[in-house]
Amino acid sequence: MTQTESRVARQPQAAELPALLPPVDVIEDAEGITLYADLPGVPKERLDVHIDGEVLVIEGEMGLEMPKDMEATHVEVGLPRYRRVFTLSRELDPMRMSAELKQGVLKVFIHKAEHARPRRIEVSG
Amino acid sequence: MDSSLFPRDLFAELERLQHQMQQSFELSPSIRGLARGAFPALNVASTPQSAEVYAFAPGLEPASIHVQIERGVLSISGERSGTLPGAEGQASVHVNERFAGRFHRVITLTDDVDPNAVRASYRDGVLHVSIQRQQAAQPRRINVT
Repeated sequence: MTQTESRVARQPQAAELPALLPPVDVIEDAEGITLYADLPGVPKERLDVHIDGEVLVIEGEMGLEMPKDMEATHVEVGLPRYRRVFTLSRELDPMRMSAELKQGVLKVFIHKAEHARPRRIEVSG
Repeated sequence: MDSSLFPRDLFAELERLQHQMQQSFELSPSIRGLARGAFPALNVASTPQSAEVYAFAPGLEPASIHVQIERGVLSISGERSGTLPGAEGQASVHVNERFAGRFHRVITLTDDVDPNAVRASYRDGVLHVSIQRQQAAQPRRINVT
């Protein structure tokens, strides 16, 4: 496994409520890592993004309004919650994280620690 | 476990393994998240008064979603722009699972719906289309005097 892959490897989770695995995009640049996750149906109040040790946890519960006497005829989304877990690497600074939820898309940005930013080394000679 | 008669038949063995893997995926499709290649994922339900369609299409502008009913077919289409950086930048992409591009999905509605009585709303990335059934098709209680 290369270094970049290990940064966002998934952790297996047992004994949790069954949840959907939301699709994500993860992009890294010099400033830090940006993660986008699709969480359609999740309102801000029911979203939980937190860092637990070295692990980033994203959990969300849907808050869809549905008529009471509804009977499902075709179901592609069969669970009302999402969950996904990522292992962070040490050069990321968990204290400098921002999260934003907009129309079901979560955007998380985690800064790199100062010492981990790329530095250009001048070659003299 | 060893289900092939000739275990040394490599191709049969590979095929069996592949089949097994596929099956173990299909046993619990929901845990894999939304079906890939089918964006947006759809849930369809019915009530005595209406047909209810939920399209899980996060990250769109409500005005850009095209919802249309024509001859009993509801179609939902639009485009979702990608978030990935261009090739010229310094950024690198580690995971790329989210859908980007144009989408189009259709659902055949039952005959008793009224194409003129449709409500569509978009909230938290879910498009909800509610189509009323025609009055004549709705169950009616007849009072006995």
